[in-house]
Amino acid sequence: MSNLNTEMIEKYRNNFLKEVTANVEEGEWVKMCMQCGVCSGSCPFGPHWDHPPQELFMMIRAGKREEVLTSSSMWMCTSCYNCIVRCPRGLPITHIMHGLAHYADRLGMAPKEQPTMKFAHKFWDNIVKNGRVNELKLSLGVYFMNGIAEGIKTSLKMQAVGLGMYKAKRLNPMEFFGGHTVKDKSGMQAIIEKAKEIEEAKIKKFEG
Amino acid sequence: MSDVIATNQTILVVGGGISGMTAALEAAECGKQVILIEKSPSLGGRVSQLYRYFPKLCHPTCGLEINNRRTKMNKNLRIMTMAEVAAVSGEAGNYSVKVKVSPRYVNENCTACGDCAKVVETEFDDEFNYGLGKRKGAYLQHKMAHPQRYVLDPRVIGTDDATKAKEACKYDAIDLDMQEEEIDLTVGAIIWATGWQPYDAAKIQPYGYDRIANVITSVEFERLCDPHGPTGGKILRPSDGQEAKNVAMIQCAGSRDQNHLKHCSRICCMASLKHANYVNEKYGEEGQSTIYYIDIRAIDRIDDFYRRVQELPNVTFTKSKVASVVENKENGNPVLHGVDTEGYNRYANEHDLVVLAIGMEPSVPADAFPVEVKINEEGFIEADESNGAVFAAGCSADALDVNRAVQNATASALRAIQVINSVAGAEG
Repeated sequence: MSNLNTEMIEKYRNNFLKEVTANVEEGEWVKMCMQCGVCSGSCPFGPHWDHPPQELFMMIRAGKREEVLTSSSMWMCTSCYNCIVRCPRGLPITHIMHGLAHYADRLGMAPKEQPTMKFAHKFWDNIVKNGRVNELKLSLGVYFMNGIAEGIKTSLKMQAVGLGMYKAKRLNPMEFFGGHTVKDKSGMQAIIEKAKEIEEAKIKKFEG
Repeated sequence: MSDVIATNQTILVVGGGISGMTAALEAAECGKQVILIEKSPSLGGRVSQLYRYFPKLCHPTCGLEINNRRTKMNKNLRIMTMAEVAAVSGEAGNYSVKVKVSPRYVNENCTACGDCAKVVETEFDDEFNYGLGKRKGAYLQHKMAHPQRYVLDPRVIGTDDATKAKEACKYDAIDLDMQEEEIDLTVGAIIWATGWQPYDAAKIQPYGYDRIANVITSVEFERLCDPHGPTGGKILRPSDGQEAKNVAMIQCAGSRDQNHLKHCSRICCMASLKHANYVNEKYGEEGQSTIYYIDIRAIDRIDDFYRRVQELPNVTFTKSKVASVVENKENGNPVLHGVDTEGYNRYANEHDLVVLAIGMEPSVPADAFPVEVKINEEGFIEADESNGAVFAAGCSADALDVNRAVQNATASALRAIQVINSVAGAEG
C-alpha cells in the first residue's frame, strides 16, 4: 500500500477504536465485527441491556467514548458464552465485555452504583491481600455491601448454607483473623504492582 | 458399456451437471474424444432441480434441452451414467482411471413408456425432490432425464416388484441380472466437475431445521415452486399442507460463519431474491416475503435484479442475522428472534414458512477425493501445477452460480484440450 493510502486510512481510523484496540483486553477484535446481530439476539440478558454487544461495537467505531465507557451495559454480561459460540467471525465477545468494563473502571468512568462492579471490587481487594480468596470475609463483605439492615437479613437467610460449608470444611471461621496466604505474598504483590504500572502507562498514552 | 475404448488422447469429464456437460460438450465439439461419467441415472445435476434461473427467471429445462440436444448430436462424446471414479493413477497425458458402474437393471431397449412404474408398488423418498415427495421403485429421475431410460431401485431387486416390472415390460428392457461393473480407462486429461451439495441445515442448530417442520431450505423451496415438483407448484408448507403466504428467507444459513462454512456461497442472496419473486408471482398482494440478511451480495450485473425486488411492495428487507427460530406450537408457525442492525430493535416475528438460504459445499469431502489434487481451506479444488492434468470445473472449483460455473467449465475444457494437443503432438 502506498504511503498516501496509509495516511488516508490513519486519518479515518477513529481514535476511540484505537484506544480500545490498545488498552482493552481483546479490544483488537472490535474492528472485526460485521454487525450481523447474532450476539445480541442470542444474549439471554439481551432485553435488559441499554446497548447490546453489536451496538457497543458500532458505538466504539463511531467514537462515542463517553457513552460507551459510562454505560452499564457491559456490566450486565453473565459470561454464559452464548455469543462467543455463535459469532460467525469468532469474536471473543464475553471477554471484550469484561475488558470494556474493566477499562471503564480503571478510568473511573463506570457507573457508580453498579452491583456487579461493587462485587468485583470486593473480590479484587480480597484476593490481592493474601493471594488467596478469604471466603468468609468476602461473603460477609458482600452481604453488608448495601447497609447493615440488609446485611443481617441476608446473613440470616444464608445461615444454613454457611453451616453446610463449614461442615464440609469449605468455610473456616478462623479466616476472620487473617486467613491463609500464598507462599510469597510480597512477591505476588510486586507482580500486581508492576502490572498496574504497565496498564497505567498505556492509559496515559491516550490521555493527552 | 464395457466396450468403451479410450486412449491417452481422450478427456474424461467427471460429473454430468451443468459444468460437466458444458466442459464435455465444448471439448467434444472441438473434435476431442470425451467420456462423460455421471453418478446418478441422468444428466443435468442440481440445475435440473431448479424451478427458474436468476436473473432472467427462465426455466432451466430450456437450457438443458439445448445441452441434451448437443450431447445427442455429438459423436465424440460418450456418456456413462450411474458411474463413479474409484481410483486414478498416472500423470498428465496418461492417466489410468478405474470407473465403477452400478447396475441400472434397465438396458438400451427402454422406451421410457413407464409400464414398469405402473406395476411396481414400493415407494421411496424422492431424492430429486430432496425427499419432499415419493417415487416408485421403478422410475425416471425427472421428465427431462437424459438418457430417457428408467431405473430400478436396487432395494426392489429380489422382491415381487422386480418380477412384476420385468413382466410388464413389452420391450425386454429389464435385466434383473445386471451386476456392478468395473471399467479401466486410459485418458490424457481429467475434468473434475462433481459440483456442490447444500450444507447440512440441521447443523445450524438454532434454526431448528431438524425440529421445526416449516423450516425448509432454499433448494427444497425450488422444488415446491416447480409445477413438476411434489406439490404441483403450490407453496404448501410441510406441517399441514396449507398455503404459505408469509414467507421468511434467512440469508447466510451456513455461509460466512466460522462455525459452518467460512466462504460466501455467492448464490444464496440471489436465490432468496428470486424466491421473493416467486411468492409475489403466486400471491400478488396477498403474499409477503421478508428477507433477513447481513448484507445483500447481488454481485456485479445482477444488482438491477436486486433493485427490482426492492421495489416490490410486498417484500421487506430486515438487516439482521436471525439468532434463533422457535415454533409456535399452536399453529406450527416458526417465530424468528433477533436484533436488527438498523435501530437495534429486538423482534419476534411469526411467519408461515421459513426458507434457509442454504450454503454451498463441495459434494466430495476433502478427504474422499480418489485423485490427488490441491484442496483449499473451504474444500474446493485449487488450481495448482501439482494437480497435473486434473482440472476443476464449476462448483468443484469454487462457489459459483450457473453463469460463472459454465464460464469456468469452458475454461477447464480449454486447459484439457491443451494437454491432449501436446500428447498428440508428442506422438506425432
